[in-house]
Amino acid sequence: MVGQSMKMALKAILANKMRSFLTMLGIIIGVVALVVLVSLVNGATTSVTDEINDLGSNLLTVSVSDNKGRPMKLEDVTAWMEEEAIALTAPLNQVNATGKYGMEDDSVQVCGTTASYAAIQKLELARGRWLKTTDVENVNYVAVVNSTLAEDLVGYTDCVGEIISLNGMRFTIVGVLKEEESAMAAVMGEQMTAYIPYTAALRVSDGLSSEITTFYAASADGNSMDAAEARVKELLMERFDEDEDAFTVINQSEIMDALGSVTATLSLLLGGIAAISLLVGGIGIMNIMLVSVTERTREIGIRKAIGAGRGVIMLQFLIEALTISLIGCLIGILLSWGILAVISAVGGVAFGVNGTVALVSIAFSLGIGVIFGLYPANKAAKKAPIEALRYEG
Amino acid sequence: MIVFKEVSKVYHIGGEEVRALDRASMHIRKGEFVSIVGPSGSGKSTLMNIVGCLDVADSGEYRLDGQPIDQYRERELTAVRNRKIGFIFQNFNLIPKLTAWENVELPLIYQKVRREERQRRAAQALDRVGLLNRAWHRPAQLSGGQQQRVAIARALVTNPSLFLADEPTGNLDSRTGEEIMRIFHELHKQGNTIVLITHDRDVAAQAARQISIHDGQVKEV
Repeated sequence: MVGQSMKMALKAILANKMRSFLTMLGIIIGVVALVVLVSLVNGATTSVTDEINDLGSNLLTVSVSDNKGRPMKLEDVTAWMEEEAIALTAPLNQVNATGKYGMEDDSVQVCGTTASYAAIQKLELARGRWLKTTDVENVNYVAVVNSTLAEDLVGYTDCVGEIISLNGMRFTIVGVLKEEESAMAAVMGEQMTAYIPYTAALRVSDGLSSEITTFYAASADGNSMDAAEARVKELLMERFDEDEDAFTVINQSEIMDALGSVTATLSLLLGGIAAISLLVGGIGIMNIMLVSVTERTREIGIRKAIGAGRGVIMLQFLIEALTISLIGCLIGILLSWGILAVISAVGGVAFGVNGTVALVSIAFSLGIGVIFGLYPANKAAKKAPIEALRYEG
Repeated sequence: MIVFKEVSKVYHIGGEEVRALDRASMHIRKGEFVSIVGPSGSGKSTLMNIVGCLDVADSGEYRLDGQPIDQYRERELTAVRNRKIGFIFQNFNLIPKLTAWENVELPLIYQKVRREERQRRAAQALDRVGLLNRAWHRPAQLSGGQQQRVAIARALVTNPSLFLADEPTGNLDSRTGEEIMRIFHELHKQGNTIVLITHDRDVAAQAARQISIHDGQVKEV
């Protein structure tokens, strides 16, 4: 019986190709919106997550909020490298400065740090060298710049040996970083950044003090992460007289968790909006099915006269509604796949159809087919045969 | 076979009471060819709807093949229509988007007959009305006479106890009408029970027995 009803439904759909297509369009657009938006959010999340993972699973970020008259100094942070559980530490002092090269000037992000920073953050050099411990000790006016600064301010990448000025102080470029390949950098554009010795940075801006507010620590590898975190906390508690509120230690997994909850909310929000358009598509199906039931009143009468029961008529119209919504859904998923392929090709970041959202949209379309098909199908099934036979369409 | 005892049906049209059937009683035996004649508005459509289990009477007793139809509810009436009655309508009532073959097959689908059996019987039925060569035509591609023959094939495919024809020649020219009547005579000869409803006295006269209906009252002619 279901097989026969399917055949009849397909016949009815094919008999009115244009109308069926327009009805499906509501579902198609809804499904495309749902699948594409959620897949984009998920794809972006994956690529950002990968980037964070690239930073290393052995990275700890420490923010000091309250120095209580016993400020952390560079020496303290450097001394912690002697600890067995901690492999590397590096402070970071960030400030914006005016960068100048020749006639060009622009806003440059200046990062004051030490030799171990590159290793902790896994920065790779394209040319030259990274900052050395002696640069920090001797307050050398040297800078490692990122590729954006090299290209946009200096004008070419092979600029080791050139001299730029930061807030009027002259720095010799000793190294250039490799170009950032991340999706974030591709989408948002990268800021011009110059890394200079921590000690030199204090002279570039009055806004910076020698009190350390942010520093990074790294364990030897991912496995010794917990030990490193515990040790860093222990040292900080000791340093700040058991005051837990004086500092915050963030490890990579916490950042990932925070990011995860943000993107989950985002996909839920976008998915919700798309689901509304799917719902509107469903109402379109109901509308057309009601028209179709009225148009086919006579057919329903004939079928009932020759022995079709309520259940059979109901099944026929319900399957028709379901078929429309399911075909619409499948076309929508195919179309989404195409759209995502185009976006991937243009944007340079790989986005694929998210399997879960595809399944969700199929389930949703099925639900919509049933919910919005039920009323018209019931209306058809309830028609009295003599009245239906008398109907003049 | 058909027993009607004091069957009444009242319609309310715009507050006015219309007695479409007024204590109608009749008896039709198995294998009979009976025509029911009457002018329009006489209640013959109501009679046909009740006999055909498309409608139910307000009061009275109706038995078909010994079954108490007046006690039946929608589900049972549907089954009776499907298995016991073969309808032939004035305006053919074929489903336009289905082919002749599919139209004939339809009652068997509702009987849940298996595919091979269905195909065998549909072919047989179409052959009996001489339209096997038109099996894949849609109703719109067939002449009126051919459409009515498809309708007859659809009625006989289920081997019904009763053929119920409502003005079967009403939409046909007289020559085609005669052809259709010939098929009814043949069916009658093969032992089928036929009830033919018409207002045409010449058509009615071809039946072995005539029942006339007037203002909802039934009497033998």
